[in-house]
Amino acid sequence: MDATSNGGAARALTKKDFMSDQVIRWCPGCGDYAILSQAQTVFAELGIKREELCIVSGIGCSSRFPYYVNSYGFHTIHGRAAALATGVKVANPALSVWVVTGDGDALSIGGNHTAHMLRRNVDLQVLLFNNKIYGLTKGQYSPTSEIGKKTKSTPYGSVDHPFMPAAFALGCDASFVARTVDILTKEQRDVMKAAYAHKGSSFVEIYQNCNIFNDGAWDALIEKAVRSERMMFLEHGAPMVFGGGKKGIRLNGLKPEIIELGDGLGPDDCLKHDETDSTLAILLARMDYPEFPVPMGVLYRKERPTYDALINEQLDTAKAKGAGDLQKLLLGGETWKID
Amino acid sequence: MLTTSTPTSSRPVQVKESVVIRFAGDSGDGMQVLGSQFTNTTAMYGNDLATFPDFPAEIRAPAGTLAGVSGFQLHFSSLDIFTPGDTPEVLIAMNPAALKVNIADLKPGGLLIVNAEKFVAREFEKAGITVNPLEDGSLDAYKLVQLDLGRLAKEAVSGLGLGTKEVDRCKNFFALGITYWLYNRPMDGTVRWIEAKFKDPYREANLRALQAGFNLAETMELFGESYSVPKAKLAPGTYRNILGNQATSLGLVAGAQLAGLPLFLGSYPITPASDILHQLSAYKSFNVTTFQAEDEIAAIVSAIGAAYTGALGVTTTSGPGMALKTEAMGLAIMTELPLVIINVQRGGPSTGLPTKTEQADLLQALYGRNGEAPLAIVAACTPADCFGAAVEAVRIAVTHMVPTILLTDGYLANGSEPWAVPNVADLPKIPVQFRTDPDGFQPYARNPDTLARAWVKPGTPGLEHRIGGIEKDALTGAVSYDAENHQTMCLTRAAKIAAIKVPDLVVEGDEGELLVVGWGSTYGAIHTAIEAARGQGIRVAQAHFRHLNPMPANTEAVLRRFKRVIVPEMNLGQLVKVLRSEYLIDCKPITKIKGQAFKVSELLAAIVEHSAAIPSQEH
Repeated sequence: MDATSNGGAARALTKKDFMSDQVIRWCPGCGDYAILSQAQTVFAELGIKREELCIVSGIGCSSRFPYYVNSYGFHTIHGRAAALATGVKVANPALSVWVVTGDGDALSIGGNHTAHMLRRNVDLQVLLFNNKIYGLTKGQYSPTSEIGKKTKSTPYGSVDHPFMPAAFALGCDASFVARTVDILTKEQRDVMKAAYAHKGSSFVEIYQNCNIFNDGAWDALIEKAVRSERMMFLEHGAPMVFGGGKKGIRLNGLKPEIIELGDGLGPDDCLKHDETDSTLAILLARMDYPEFPVPMGVLYRKERPTYDALINEQLDTAKAKGAGDLQKLLLGGETWKID
Repeated sequence: MLTTSTPTSSRPVQVKESVVIRFAGDSGDGMQVLGSQFTNTTAMYGNDLATFPDFPAEIRAPAGTLAGVSGFQLHFSSLDIFTPGDTPEVLIAMNPAALKVNIADLKPGGLLIVNAEKFVAREFEKAGITVNPLEDGSLDAYKLVQLDLGRLAKEAVSGLGLGTKEVDRCKNFFALGITYWLYNRPMDGTVRWIEAKFKDPYREANLRALQAGFNLAETMELFGESYSVPKAKLAPGTYRNILGNQATSLGLVAGAQLAGLPLFLGSYPITPASDILHQLSAYKSFNVTTFQAEDEIAAIVSAIGAAYTGALGVTTTSGPGMALKTEAMGLAIMTELPLVIINVQRGGPSTGLPTKTEQADLLQALYGRNGEAPLAIVAACTPADCFGAAVEAVRIAVTHMVPTILLTDGYLANGSEPWAVPNVADLPKIPVQFRTDPDGFQPYARNPDTLARAWVKPGTPGLEHRIGGIEKDALTGAVSYDAENHQTMCLTRAAKIAAIKVPDLVVEGDEGELLVVGWGSTYGAIHTAIEAARGQGIRVAQAHFRHLNPMPANTEAVLRRFKRVIVPEMNLGQLVKVLRSEYLIDCKPITKIKGQAFKVSELLAAIVEHSAAIPSQEH
């Protein structure tokens, strides 16, 4: 063990301090490397102490994540990271809890737990690596795979209608919903930091490339040449502009539409992003390529009391009235004596 | 304000050793309230007692139907007793359906009180009765007392402005008043309870109905005599009456306090375990956190998460919930975290019989997981014993860093008996140490005695490490697919369970001939049957398992001391399979799987039969 983790006053931690001694076993070229690297950087930049960092994962390629971070970590069972993390955070709210999961883990086998964690608003960060495929089981379609997707288990094409993770999260009343991409370093770090700063369940969907089973799943969006056209980077209070400032989004009734800027239309004619507007957030979560540019960054952020704080508040209130007397409890109401 | 008198009967009082009484009516008739009130009074009076409530899974099955019948049986005595009794000698039936369901159990010559006003064509139809049983001679074997309880209750509460339905709800207290007269019981406990529980006019109405029932019995010469059951000579101590689920809840709180740990319960409501969740949710001042999870899996997994942080993690459920939790139990075994898993067994498989009792989850507890996945198993044998069994489960879990299953069942959960409340100062502490020293730390290094790995709270500087469901290196805890390591770890996990120190199996009774081996809630019925058999001159003994994994070290030696071993279980023979396979001893199964506990008479018959089957030259 490295003595520098003691106290924290010794020196500021760097990214390297968050690297574990384990050999990373993701495929060469996997998008997970980029996310791990950004996360380790963020942990250091945020000044999180290693002993206070607790990473909880489920099953899948992404869920090997905790083994590669030198902190406390729990690689649980398929789909259950959200539930286990809830127990961790409620029992010790002082920990900085991060759930690392994938599209299958969080939205298929663990969909129920994800939903309930979000509605309860447990104070933790969720990094959902969305590669639209099952990687660890070697290439079956996932709940985010597009209709028609040919995979090992869908040789005739998938007929399952896919989830849009951000829309799912908003439907569960998530208090923070953001979206980013594995290869976007700065944007990704900004989103992770915003997630950390938010008190409550911070849901971050990360578009991630599985170069073995679904290579190029996000290329249509992230190719350098088209990136600015096909993604729209949100900023709270700023007009929704994309395509190098040439295009914008405005509302036509309840529907968004793309407008060409110039020719009498400027940024002031565009819809302004308001992170606290839940109706707007749903609209943004459902905007998808090719009809629209995909909104990236923080779609929604509005704090409300967290589950772990509320449950511990009840506990503290009860304990403040005096610790329970076990003997009295055992005796209960009515007793009789035999001599 | 109505005055209630402590009753003293003016008619002859016959002293009895024991009484078994059953109240039966519609689910909405308040039979459970009636039964528990009479029980509390009886307990406070100083009898030994055992109760058995029996109710349908439906909250309100159609009124008057057989499916809707709810019953409550109480056995009270001046002796030390162990079961709620086989056959009631008093039956109070509130409608024809309750009579039809219960009459076969009433002892010939027994007292039968029926609510006669319900014995009309409309009610017969609902109960599937064609001929009025009050008129066809079928009840000639009993002392039949017919009363119009609803009408009598109505007269008692007239002038209070209650509606028809509300008046009808008072009739259980009217019946209770009669019962109090019959057994010369003081009514003050129930009066206090009514005063605390109800607001006027219902308070006044219930009090009046209670007193009117008593007065009617006193003045109307309904019964030739009344009865008294003297106080039981129980061991000295302070007693309370306690239900099994209550005792389990208190045992968990006591276990956590003795270990100095906060308690985290992750649970999902399920019959008949939910009462533990209800009860623990009120104990926040004891540092108890309850989490009503979204499902059974989240319930156990959240408890594992809490255990990881250094709390006592507990999850409570019943059979179907256990099935859902199995993968997570494997995770707790693999990560070697302490966890208490409580299965209040009910009739299975699948949804089965939610409100009925069964012991058919033993093999599930022992073997029902993927891989070689042993864990510790403790079973409670009486309602009050659920306390000690829960404390024991906590002790094993935190001492050995193993998930521990506590098996109770519906019969224990909802049954009650007097409990000599322990003195908290006398309860042994459960030592728990969290590792904080980073020097030489290895996550899977073990205590040589308990084979437990160190318990480390996240938040402890210098001890950062990762755990998970993938096989771990035997020392470092790093992911390991090494062949030798996996074998070592499987053997270590088995050795860890074997290293748990459990008390020897105790034999009560006559050595050498016939041994009756049981586990869990059959204790009382076996004990009573053995006493009866020995009274008949049969040489027989009892041995009862509290620890089912590991089993007591002397198990084989005990079994081999007897010519014949029989194993009564409320399943198709599960413990017997284990004993046969572990010890190669030809134990004989005695099985019953009806959602009901064994009757003493059934076990006595089995003892007589098997005793006779022992070749005489060997006597």
